[in-house]
Amino acid sequence: MADGGVDQAEAGGHRACRERESHATDTLSQGLEMSAASIALNRFGYGLARGERVPDDPARYLLRQLDAFDPAPAVIAARAATRGKTGEMLQLLRSLRERMQQAGETGMAEAAMTGPMSEMAPENPRAAALAGLPPEYRTKLLEARRVVVDDLAVRVNVAVASPAPMVERLVHFWSNHFSVSVGKPGTQFEVGPHEFGAIRPHVLGRFVDLLKAAVLHPAMLLYLDQFQSIGPGSTAGQRRGRRANAQGPRGLNENLAREILELHTLGVDGGYSQADVTEFARALTGWTVPGVGRVGRFAEDQPGGAAFVALAHEPGARTILGRRYGAGGPEQAMAILDDLAAHPATARHIATKLARHFAGDDPPASLAARLEAEFLKTGGDLASLTRTLIAAPEVWVCGPVKFRAPFEWFIAAARLSGIDALPPQRIARVLNELGQSPWRAPSPAGYDDLAASWAAPDVLLRRAELAERMAQGAPADDVLARAEAAFPDALSHTTRTMLKRAESGRQALALLLVAPEMMRR
Amino acid sequence: MLTRLDRRTLLAGSLAMGASGLALPRIALAQGSGTRNLLFVLLRGAADGLAMLAPVGDPGFEALRGVSLADYENAPRIGSFFALHPAFVETGKAAQAGEALFVHAAATAYRERSHFDGQNLLETGGTAPYATRDGWLNRLTALLAEAHKGEPPRALAVAPAVPLALRGAAPVSSYAPSALPEASADFMTRVAALYEGDAELSGLWARALETRAMAGDDGLQNLRDASANGALVASLMQGERGARIAMIEVDGWDTHANQRGAFARQARGLDAMLAAYKAGMGEEWDSTIVLVATEFGRTAQLNGTNGTDHGTAGAAMVLGGGVLGGRVVADWPGLGTGQLYEGRDLAPTIALESVLAGAVAEHFALDPAPTLARLFPGRSTKPLAGIVRG
Repeated sequence: MADGGVDQAEAGGHRACRERESHATDTLSQGLEMSAASIALNRFGYGLARGERVPDDPARYLLRQLDAFDPAPAVIAARAATRGKTGEMLQLLRSLRERMQQAGETGMAEAAMTGPMSEMAPENPRAAALAGLPPEYRTKLLEARRVVVDDLAVRVNVAVASPAPMVERLVHFWSNHFSVSVGKPGTQFEVGPHEFGAIRPHVLGRFVDLLKAAVLHPAMLLYLDQFQSIGPGSTAGQRRGRRANAQGPRGLNENLAREILELHTLGVDGGYSQADVTEFARALTGWTVPGVGRVGRFAEDQPGGAAFVALAHEPGARTILGRRYGAGGPEQAMAILDDLAAHPATARHIATKLARHFAGDDPPASLAARLEAEFLKTGGDLASLTRTLIAAPEVWVCGPVKFRAPFEWFIAAARLSGIDALPPQRIARVLNELGQSPWRAPSPAGYDDLAASWAAPDVLLRRAELAERMAQGAPADDVLARAEAAFPDALSHTTRTMLKRAESGRQALALLLVAPEMMRR
Repeated sequence: MLTRLDRRTLLAGSLAMGASGLALPRIALAQGSGTRNLLFVLLRGAADGLAMLAPVGDPGFEALRGVSLADYENAPRIGSFFALHPAFVETGKAAQAGEALFVHAAATAYRERSHFDGQNLLETGGTAPYATRDGWLNRLTALLAEAHKGEPPRALAVAPAVPLALRGAAPVSSYAPSALPEASADFMTRVAALYEGDAELSGLWARALETRAMAGDDGLQNLRDASANGALVASLMQGERGARIAMIEVDGWDTHANQRGAFARQARGLDAMLAAYKAGMGEEWDSTIVLVATEFGRTAQLNGTNGTDHGTAGAAMVLGGGVLGGRVVADWPGLGTGQLYEGRDLAPTIALESVLAGAVAEHFALDPAPTLARLFPGRSTKPLAGIVRG
């Protein structure tokens, strides 16, 4: 679609937002109005970075980001390879578990393996458990935690410095859609590469490519137990079955299959059955992580870092959603993913989630319907969907439509405060305290995208505490001008007055970081 | 077949096999709910009821879970049929003291296997996921205000954000200990002024400050330390200004693989939290009820990775000084192949909603049937009776 649609021209050319059809009972707007420039900066992106110019053509400013986005900025390209470390870690965990089971300490190993980065204070019980571990395990664990902390810092610093904050938002949207978590042992080395290597390159590409890269990545295969799923009728499964006391994994695990259908593609009402889940789980057998387990040595490497072990793959044809897939190897699951990506239920599911993220918790049905149609028409072209969003009058309505989730608020606050890159340990700690650590969502559904999940008393308190501390180390000479630039024609009288009344530049900056304009977009 | 009394310690009115028998007479409590406390503990991820409360008296259990039978050898027995998971040391003692009641083979009206939909239904109290927008605990606060003709009791989520069960029209606060240093008092005052014209933010801010002031020194406790969490919740429910209704969530029950260690760890944490909460409540324990529930159970058989997948019926707990405990309420469906729900899950024979509604109705001296209708509308079951001592 050309970038000069009527609605964009109106949004950009007139520098005005659009009146909403009806917002009489809207608790979000609270009398605030957002200009088109403020919407482009805040609703679509991560807010203005200190020193950044106010866009004079909001829609064009957004469209330019589609070209300006760098999928592999230097700091990501320079990241050291950690492939292979996951296998080492799982082997260590297995032997540690066996050792501790003998000593009656079941569970300690897992606890020590998965503790959050912020819990390394000496008084912490998990730190104590860590201290009691044999040195080779301790070294490995500390290495794993360091990798996650460093990757978190990369994610944050890339977003803070990005010239394409709208596309960074899409990266984090999709990363949350395909949520993985370090709560599962062994994933620490893979969650960063999952986002950097499987999500980033595809957010303006085709959904089917994004889907395959994201769900067949070692991080997801580990997180949703796929790596140890074995077809009961496969060579490996049969061999296991004959050994009565075989240790370890020996059968089918349907976790990944279910979540792909429920969360990643069709959606929970997408019309699939328990039988489809089980059939899909059978088709996925064989997909695993390189270097893991006894069948690992038979693995054939796959693009994206996963591996396929034909010995573990359930033989035979599969039937899913009424469609038959002939017997085969890794391509059997690929063919199913092709069809799931193109399914109308998937188009609807994705369209609704995108609309909710940009146009409000209860997204207008008209917008969701246009995104759905665009998805089907373009075969899931995500750049086209992004242009549809930019052109959509529903996303340019005046009042704020969304309460900012903690991660989003933190990135916006860091951009606006203009502080230099924070140390990685501190970033990890802060995100944990704010309640939204990336790659640590409580479930495979990722973090909730609804105001009701985030607009809580304690959320505000934590942000205020952090804002005051961030302002201590940030340049604070031009706060009022920065506020006017960050929320062009959209700064409230109260906020302006309170900033002017602040006893110091630092206090003004801290107040700006928690102002109502920063909390909603 | 089982003939012991354990098979059906108590009948819920709606059970298929009849409603006579042991149902106790309706209990009238002292009027007024002012000093009565309720803690709702939501186990997110579908806690395995068959691991929590193992039906060791059912020969089917050995067939399905033979590998874990040894774990229950020295575990606390609840009657002769069920054994509590050995990690529940303190909960087991509470059961012995008659202060912990268990319900088994219970499920909500939800019959699919999505965590998110299952939790949505359990939290909203609707009959279908996403059909109801507010939570049943929030509606309970409104109901209590009407029934006792007073202000709604103070409700609190001990979590960084308000969980769905507590969301709704009635005001609710949330609190989670923060490891950040406290912001300066002057700054806090200015933030209050900044939010003055903003109804939503000023309301949230006022409640945040109020709760923080109440938490006192506990504010720096580690959220993940289960015992500290239990003590923290208790501290937030002290005195006239304390919360009367609170909710806390415990994640991590989705044990798809290597369940044995994972479940034991989870159970130890829950046990420690409940024990610390009881200790923290002191004498108030007698006027306190704790409801522990999860969205659904797990498959009866272990899967190929020594875990369990999403199932149907599971177990729930009711604790408190006034609970008629030390027993299991179940209409045991059996674990034989033909007895499993869809050939894979423990079959549901008690509506979890009737347990929750029955418990709060008796505890707060509400009329049970309308209570069930308000909190969990559209159910055909009757509220479970005889949970709380008269």
